[in-house]
Amino acid sequence: MFAPSTLVARRQARALGGSAVVRWTLIAVALLFLGVFLFVPLVAVFSFAFQKGHEAYLAAITHPEARSAILLTLTAAAVAVPLNLVFGLAAAWLLARFRFRGRALLLTLIDLPFSVSPVIAGLVFVLLFGRQGWLGPWLAERDLHVIFAVPGIVLATVFITLPFVAREVLPVMQAQGGDEEEAALTLGAGGWRTFLRVTLPKVKWGVLYGVILCNARAMGEFGAVSVVSGHVRGVTTTLPLHAEILYNEYDFTGVFAVASLLTLLALVTLVLKKYVEWRSEVA
Amino acid sequence: MSIVVEQVTRRFTPGGSPAVSDVSFQAPAGAITSLLGPSGAGKSTLLRLIAGLESPDSGRVRIDGVDCTRQPVQQRGVGVVFQSYALFRHMTVRQNIAFGLDVRRLPREQTRARVEEMLRLVQLEALGDRYPGQLSGGQRQRVAFARALAIAPRVLLLDEPFGALDTRVREELREWLHALHSRTGLTTLLVTHDQQEALEISQHVVVMSEGKVAQAGSPEDIYNHPASPFVASFIGGASVLRGRVQSGRAELGSLALAVPAAAREGEAVHAFVRPHDIKLARPGESAPGPRPVTGRVARLKVVGGFVKVLLELPSGDEVTVQVPRSEFAALGLTEGDAVRADVLSASVFVGDYAI
Repeated sequence: MFAPSTLVARRQARALGGSAVVRWTLIAVALLFLGVFLFVPLVAVFSFAFQKGHEAYLAAITHPEARSAILLTLTAAAVAVPLNLVFGLAAAWLLARFRFRGRALLLTLIDLPFSVSPVIAGLVFVLLFGRQGWLGPWLAERDLHVIFAVPGIVLATVFITLPFVAREVLPVMQAQGGDEEEAALTLGAGGWRTFLRVTLPKVKWGVLYGVILCNARAMGEFGAVSVVSGHVRGVTTTLPLHAEILYNEYDFTGVFAVASLLTLLALVTLVLKKYVEWRSEVA
Repeated sequence: MSIVVEQVTRRFTPGGSPAVSDVSFQAPAGAITSLLGPSGAGKSTLLRLIAGLESPDSGRVRIDGVDCTRQPVQQRGVGVVFQSYALFRHMTVRQNIAFGLDVRRLPREQTRARVEEMLRLVQLEALGDRYPGQLSGGQRQRVAFARALAIAPRVLLLDEPFGALDTRVREELREWLHALHSRTGLTTLLVTHDQQEALEISQHVVVMSEGKVAQAGSPEDIYNHPASPFVASFIGGASVLRGRVQSGRAELGSLALAVPAAAREGEAVHAFVRPHDIKLARPGESAPGPRPVTGRVARLKVVGGFVKVLLELPSGDEVTVQVPRSEFAALGLTEGDAVRADVLSASVFVGDYAI
């Protein structure tokens, strides 16, 4: 299988791309570009992080403020991902199976967090829940803090990551149609059983893919979270915000140590994403 | 367990033309009834209404005499087989068949026994642990039958069950369904656009067109006495001839045929002639029947065991004639030859014919 297909590919390449010189030049340009913009920064992050030895690195990431940032980041993701998983599944199912008034509007609304600048999204929450905002006085009376507090960060994260699961699951559901669900109904299954035993297994790889992307964004979000955070050190700083603070204080070992954590998250996400893509093709 | 449909109407777009319009028919208990018609005739919608996957805007559906129009699909006790098979792709054949039994919370032993029984019924004992993706189209459709039959349904509803299969498998499964039905005696409703299928395996045929019932009756009845120009043209691949009523007979160019009693002098008429209702003879030989006409062989097409002759009549009309190979050899015809034709039977209708 291998030899003939590479032969064919080579022949096609010759027919399409002309001489070997052109081909290798293009490949070199592409590799150089990837190296400068992706690989070098990746290496730089880790080398700067360990520049002053691994004690400094460990100290940077076990600093109380760093630990609280890690915890807050995990908290925000732990709330945002399950919420958007449930919402995304429900919305995708609704949009894939039913034609109703307002369907196009719902589709547009789901895309809103993608199309609005994250800073604006953060500002919207400030205008809603801030001291001068619509709900500000009501919240102040009850001594509830949303803006410049943890709830605001969670809210902003939920908003920013809302489209991921719905957007990944919808095309999968649409492509697979509703025949199997109808068959389940005729066999006597109720709505829940049909959902759990027929619909969910069908779309599980799409769901997982959406969850991975949703999680990556929830942990990496900067703009919207930055606006609602207020940067109270050790209280309302997530990992990306903590990195910014360290950067502004010229603590480069600290910045790159925190950055290495976020980079690791990105690498894990990419590996998982690749695995899910591979599994969904096999299944 | 009969199925009775009473004045059922279903509209998908408000104000648009209904997919099913005021349809009434009966599927007798213990028989195979076919819903036959071209695509878009509303037959699948009607089946989904009976299954409970759609609900009618008006009208009633009765199964075994009991009104089940408002009953949810889960409680109707219908077995449905879809054209797309609709097997659960992440479950094995056994798990697929057991699905409806699990819903009913049958004891495990009983479920297992029933699944094995169904596997034997559809002759797939060896493939119980395969996934649907590992089966051929014909095998998948038999699994779909087994899954539908496992729950011991009151009636079996088949929506173009063989539509996605190639001809040979389709014919095999048609035979198999026929045998299966004579064993189970289950009231069966078969939606199909394939007239061969409908005429071959059903005891009762309901022909549908544009959301309405065009004709209902036995296959012989539908074939021999089409009630409308639509049925006559849809069934049997008939050629159409146009003409007028003159001195009490339908004058169709070169042919004169008896007319329906209601026809008045000078009125437009048209006739449908089936390909095997015309007998050919060499010119000069004594004509076999009472209405001979001389035509010219315009084209010949050998199709398996018979020959299709496109016959051009003196009036310019063309009719297709079907001749068995052996008979054709005896006639020794070639294109351009003159030939005598005798119309053995035809269906004549009053009015203009528009396709």
